[in-house]
Amino acid sequence: MLSMKNISRVYRTELIETHALRDLSLTVEGGEFVAVTGPSGSGKTTFLNIAGLLETATSGEYLLDGSDVSRLNDNQRSRIRNEKIGFIFQSFNLIPDLNVFDNVDVPLRYRGFGGSERRQRIENALQKVGLAARMHHLPAQLSGGQQQRVAIARALAGDPVFLLADEPTGNLDSLMARQVMDLLEEINRAGTTIVMVTHDPELARRAHRTVHLLDGQLANPDPFSPPADSAPTAVSTVA
Amino acid sequence: MFFYHLRLARQSLAKQPLLTALMVAAIAVGVGVCMTVTTFLYSISGDPIPSKSDQLYTVRLDSWSPDEPFHDDRPEQAPWQLTFRDATALLESDIPLRHAAMRKAVFTAVPENDDVAPFLTVSRMTPNDFFPMFNVPFLYGGPWDDRFDETAGNVVVLSKETNEKLFGGEDSVGREARFGDDYFRVAGVLDNWDPNVLYYDVNNGPLNPVEDVFMPFSIMGAREINGSGNTNCWKDEIIDTYWDLLQSECIYIQFWAELPDAATRERYQSWLDGYTDSQRELGRMERPNNNQLTNVTDWLRIREVVGDQELAVWSIAVLFLVACLVNTIGLILARFVAKAPVIGLRRALGASRFDIFRQHLVEVGLIGFVGGLIGIGLSFLGLIGVRKLLPDTADVTSLNLELVAMTVLVAIAAALIAGIYPTWRVCKLQPAIYLKTQ
Repeated sequence: MLSMKNISRVYRTELIETHALRDLSLTVEGGEFVAVTGPSGSGKTTFLNIAGLLETATSGEYLLDGSDVSRLNDNQRSRIRNEKIGFIFQSFNLIPDLNVFDNVDVPLRYRGFGGSERRQRIENALQKVGLAARMHHLPAQLSGGQQQRVAIARALAGDPVFLLADEPTGNLDSLMARQVMDLLEEINRAGTTIVMVTHDPELARRAHRTVHLLDGQLANPDPFSPPADSAPTAVSTVA
Repeated sequence: MFFYHLRLARQSLAKQPLLTALMVAAIAVGVGVCMTVTTFLYSISGDPIPSKSDQLYTVRLDSWSPDEPFHDDRPEQAPWQLTFRDATALLESDIPLRHAAMRKAVFTAVPENDDVAPFLTVSRMTPNDFFPMFNVPFLYGGPWDDRFDETAGNVVVLSKETNEKLFGGEDSVGREARFGDDYFRVAGVLDNWDPNVLYYDVNNGPLNPVEDVFMPFSIMGAREINGSGNTNCWKDEIIDTYWDLLQSECIYIQFWAELPDAATRERYQSWLDGYTDSQRELGRMERPNNNQLTNVTDWLRIREVVGDQELAVWSIAVLFLVACLVNTIGLILARFVAKAPVIGLRRALGASRFDIFRQHLVEVGLIGFVGGLIGIGLSFLGLIGVRKLLPDTADVTSLNLELVAMTVLVAIAAALIAGIYPTWRVCKLQPAIYLKTQ
């Protein structure tokens, strides 16, 4: 599903070099729910950007869904992001001028789907997150938890290979955070692979496996170990 | 995707109405000023009679001094006008379908109604061929009969405005109108006639309005009417009497011929060359034959109706548009940079750089389109201003459909040009930077 081997990322200025990731190797199997934890500055965001093809690694190999995506050009990375990766951000990142329907529609537009297919996918995705009745609301008319569920619907609508979640409950109160985590677990149980970056140990415990980053390296001694819990083997969509 | 981008553009522009208004205003003012000047120049430089401009020829003979050309800087050009004796001789030719010698004069019109004060009128003395030759429309009556040309009869054709002043706009055909001390029978009244440029007499103010009165050319000699307008002389002649002037080598008559095809034109050219040869034998026309037939559009170009001064004004208008565009670039850049987080998000969700580029070009295109629509209104107001400042140009300063379309296209093109750099900048944004900060 996702395999990184000896990934390094170095930021260079005229004066200093910053090693955000150092020879990071990590494999995530299909259907896993992996939490990536670590303190501030440990490289979590850099890992997420590289995993989401928002940045390229300075060196190393990155296989996604069996294909080497380490050396793709910008257009190819855009296409892979659109087709294979679903993003969930801490601050939801909904477009405030667009209603719920149009927000979920954004990645589908770039996919080139026709109008009826887009509508069907959007309605299905919103139904999965329980917001089908709110599709004409603007983000500002929704609670934080509802906004994050819209963002999850947007991530799911294109049937991605895996979801990348960056502190998905960071901006939510505990009740809403629990609801969002319940939803992510439900999605994962239905077969969708999830990689979640978080600094919250409580959330990390709900994942199948936790990998800990420290100074750009895995603190886990055996990053290639199989999932701690048995991941679902059947792949299906959430009912 | 175009309509999707159009919808996004509309939403985006509505979100910041003040900034949008500034951008649209910058485009609209720049395009409005530029198109006002362009419309004015276009109107005076365009083909004023497209249906016949390749059949109407001004006729010029080189009767100038044997010692020097008429134009020192353009020696290949024959003088702009003819002598009276040459013009009279040319009227004898039966080769052209129609032909007209002409001279401008000023008369005082004396209305029948004592309550209306006498007023000055500009007259054109010309044969009746003038009217069908230049497609002149009539409201009442028509051109006078040939016999009035032959006998220098007292007959006139009035412009619509003059008929309004003298007869209150009624059908005045057959009535008499007084010009100076003489009475003239009205043969016809012109309908609205707007040739943009007085191409048949660019010597005496190409942007002047159409004359108030038309009279037979023959009355000029018969009644010894002093014309007005440019008169150029080269020969050291004694001119004491009106007859001396008519027989002199001074040039002051404009002459046009309607030559419907190339064969007629060639035949007429030969006839003209034969005429100047015969005059040379009489001791005139000492310069080599340089008899020129010039059609309407070439004539306007040769006479530089749109001259350096007008082009300089146009250049300033274009520079003003450029200045407006530079300001617009700054405004668009500020707007797009403010949208960076949303652009970063769209990139993360799969938009390619080209998608982002296209989306923002549609947005600046929409700004240009709205700016163009407002620019049309400003051009319209600008042309009203031109009419106030230059009343003589009132007939030539109007927007037509073609120019309206061009205004919108220029505005869109200007906005796209202004938008390319800001759009390119936002395409280069790294999406990851903005996703944490939105």
